[in-house]
Amino acid sequence: MNALTLFGLCGAALVGLGLFGLIVNPQPLRKILAFNLLGNGVFLLFGVVARRGAAAGLGGDPVPQALVITAIVVAFSATAMAVALLLRLFEETGQATLSSDDPQNADADGGRS
Amino acid sequence: MPSPTIFPDTTTTEGFLLVLAIILPVTGILLSLVLGGRYVERIVLVVLPTGLGIAAAVFAAVWRGGHSLVYIVGGWKPPLGIALRADGISAAMMATTAVVICAVGLFARAEFGQPRGQPEARAPLAFWILLLSIWTGLNMVVLGDDLFNLYVALELLTFAAVPLVCLKGEQETLRAALRYLLFALLGSVFYLFGTALIYGAYGTLDIVLLSAQIRPERVTSIAVAMMTVGLLAKTALFPLHLWLPPAHAGAPAPGSAVLSALVVKGSFILIVRLWFDAMPGLSNFAGAQMLGTLGAAAILFGSVLALRQQRLKLLIAYSTIAQIGYLFFIFPLAAGSGAHEPWGSVAWTGGWLQLFSHAFAKAAMFMAAGLIAEALGHDRIADLGGAGRVLPITMFTFGLAGLSLMGVPPSGGFVAKWLLLVATVMEGQWWWAVVMLVGGLLAGGYVFMVLGKALGGASEPSKLCASVSSSREIVALTLALCAVLLGLVPLQPSELLQIGRP
Amino acid sequence: MTVAFEIGLVVLLLAIAAWIIAVRDTFAAVVAYVAYGLLLSLAWVRLYAVDVALTEAAIGSGVTGMLLLGAAARLRETEAAAAVETSMPLRLAAAALCALISAGLAAVILVPPDRVPTLAPMAMANLAASGLGNPVAGVLFVYRSLDTLLEKVVLLLALVGVWSLAPDRLWGGVPGLRTYVQPNGILTFLAQLLPPIGIVMGIYMFWNGANNPGGAFQGGTVLAAMWLLVMIAGLEDVPPISLGWMRVLLVIGPAIFLVIGLAGIVLAGAFLAYPADYAKPLIIVVEATLTLSIGVTLGLLAAGPPERMQQR
Repeated sequence: MNALTLFGLCGAALVGLGLFGLIVNPQPLRKILAFNLLGNGVFLLFGVVARRGAAAGLGGDPVPQALVITAIVVAFSATAMAVALLLRLFEETGQATLSSDDPQNADADGGRS
Repeated sequence: MPSPTIFPDTTTTEGFLLVLAIILPVTGILLSLVLGGRYVERIVLVVLPTGLGIAAAVFAAVWRGGHSLVYIVGGWKPPLGIALRADGISAAMMATTAVVICAVGLFARAEFGQPRGQPEARAPLAFWILLLSIWTGLNMVVLGDDLFNLYVALELLTFAAVPLVCLKGEQETLRAALRYLLFALLGSVFYLFGTALIYGAYGTLDIVLLSAQIRPERVTSIAVAMMTVGLLAKTALFPLHLWLPPAHAGAPAPGSAVLSALVVKGSFILIVRLWFDAMPGLSNFAGAQMLGTLGAAAILFGSVLALRQQRLKLLIAYSTIAQIGYLFFIFPLAAGSGAHEPWGSVAWTGGWLQLFSHAFAKAAMFMAAGLIAEALGHDRIADLGGAGRVLPITMFTFGLAGLSLMGVPPSGGFVAKWLLLVATVMEGQWWWAVVMLVGGLLAGGYVFMVLGKALGGASEPSKLCASVSSSREIVALTLALCAVLLGLVPLQPSELLQIGRP
Repeated sequence: MTVAFEIGLVVLLLAIAAWIIAVRDTFAAVVAYVAYGLLLSLAWVRLYAVDVALTEAAIGSGVTGMLLLGAAARLRETEAAAAVETSMPLRLAAAALCALISAGLAAVILVPPDRVPTLAPMAMANLAASGLGNPVAGVLFVYRSLDTLLEKVVLLLALVGVWSLAPDRLWGGVPGLRTYVQPNGILTFLAQLLPPIGIVMGIYMFWNGANNPGGAFQGGTVLAAMWLLVMIAGLEDVPPISLGWMRVLLVIGPAIFLVIGLAGIVLAGAFLAYPADYAKPLIIVVEATLTLSIGVTLGLLAAGPPERMQQR
């Protein structure tokens, strides 16, 4: 097993861990953290693809590397927006949770007007 | 047939229009940000008609020419560079997008207008920039030919749609926006996952090049599956629809119109591009039936829940979930046809017509709901009595739009559903027809529930909380009329929608 | 010896990642995430992707970590209330699903493709025409420049979205970046010492990015970090969001990019194409303005929506 496959498996495991954290953790901030882990796993996958494409004297295929840079910036924007939303929700309601205490909110049954 | 390793086409003559279609709204965004809120309305009033003109020009060029418009960005052909391509579907979607966004822009001036001399305010500046961003994203989604470019376009759409949901700043809308964002981000990551696998296997992300090189391997199946699931989360197909009703109901009325009519369709168009353009001939029967089943479940589930709603905007949002289900009948009905190519089939035209007519009808409906909420001060369905006398044009608009949702002639929705029904008979998959008929009945149920309450004679006439200008009612009516006009389309496979297919 | 290093790195990465998911205290999880991000940068270096390593360290671990740390600190009180856990059946189902997806991905990775398609030769062959020496910069600014332009618009849009979260009455106000003003404290000392060095480093990273790893994103992030440091220490005021010159700085990067792209139609025959002789200077101009814009945008994204009106 060479180093490259190792990183690929690491990426696969990170995807699984991140997805698990995203689904299971009730707190939105932990979900955001897990989403970042999930994203890192996918980026590592791109990285393995890039390294496999080493040719023409380069250490790796530059196209997937550039795609990862773009994706890292986009993921940061997503995190910034999610954190801002969460903090605003906390200021408005004093809670940082996606499910409200109002029982009609979970499965919006059109109760409150 | 030798697989092309270099993009086969070059920039066509009117290709520059595609570039304009994307950079015009971007210029609007940049100018709005730097010149500030005082000028944003004026900037938008210039951008809207110009963008409409560009969309019309693209539509005309594609229709007349009978072939796709192509633009090679930067002069670098794929696989190294990026291409923009407008086929018949792109042209039709661009035209629909432009008309709906212009109408929404006109409609929203009352709520988000920026009168001369007033300092910059939050809601107007944010709304117009978000609207222009949605336009950029939608144009990029239908014109992009590169899977990663489409990923960036999807993110653009998401980041423009989420703040629109919580623009009013209420608690529930903040929660709805956060949930929407998390679902959408999950979808994006899955999509990126598939993109990585595809690049690893084929060395290119260009759709045209992929269509020549794609092979039925395990990598391809996993990649397509992940990308489809991610895009389904963004399209709010059952069972990943939980985020949509509170989000679309919580946004301001013009925002809901754009979200339901256009934004959710963007990711759907990508699923179709993936299945039919990037991997032609590879669509397997099981996957297509699965998508059709989820669509059927969406129709039934969404319609039944819509009937149970007590607020008008939530009813319309659940109706969106149901109508999106019809779109997914394209997969089993068009992909399954082995005799001729998918796009020549009746189901292809029917599905796309459903998309366009729903866009007009749903935008009109949300506008009508917004006008009702403004005029009466609430949107409780039970207390709508007498609204028909107070807002006759608006209720007429609601009724017209409802015709399209139910699939009653004359309307684009009728032609769409009729074509899909014919397709189910032709393919021998009669079970979808049953679902469509039940869905139509249920849609009739919730539309008439609202109309009945509003038009029914109330004991005392409804009090007018605020007056709404008739120009806004006319704008909503125009959109509903567009949905009806689509019913004049001949009942056969459309040639326009087949332009640009290989 | 080389594989042993990778094995250690991967084991450490996965262990920290699992700990981040499992640990109860959110603040601890975020601190671990910052450390994890730096280790991930090491992994990128081992993958011969130094540009990505720089970006991951700066943006993925640095600014993201700062954002999450601030949020975790402010949300500390909600930790106790959110102690409710999801049910066991849901956890088991989720674990099964995630294991399935990971296994599928691993299966795909373990099978090396018989022929590896790569765009490296094509990228290198065309690089000389633009005068660049860094192929990743070539992809970002020459071959796939539309992606980069749109990505900058996405950044701006995220900023507008974050700003729009403020209440109406606070629009035009000052972002609520938490400041720690201690005139003789170590933070003030660092904020006086580091920024000159940091600014030079940031400019160097952007300048050098044309021929070596680096570039506008990495340099811009370092500039943003220095700006944030100075603001947090209270040495500079956090600017109100309606400030004119700040809006200009935000927009100048994509605007110049767009103008040069349009000029390419006349000078080089296509949108975002560069004329043969002037390619490198034009790209440097684009990257310079983009570095400025990215610095301001990232700094403002980390500062958050306006939370008070400006005094005076």
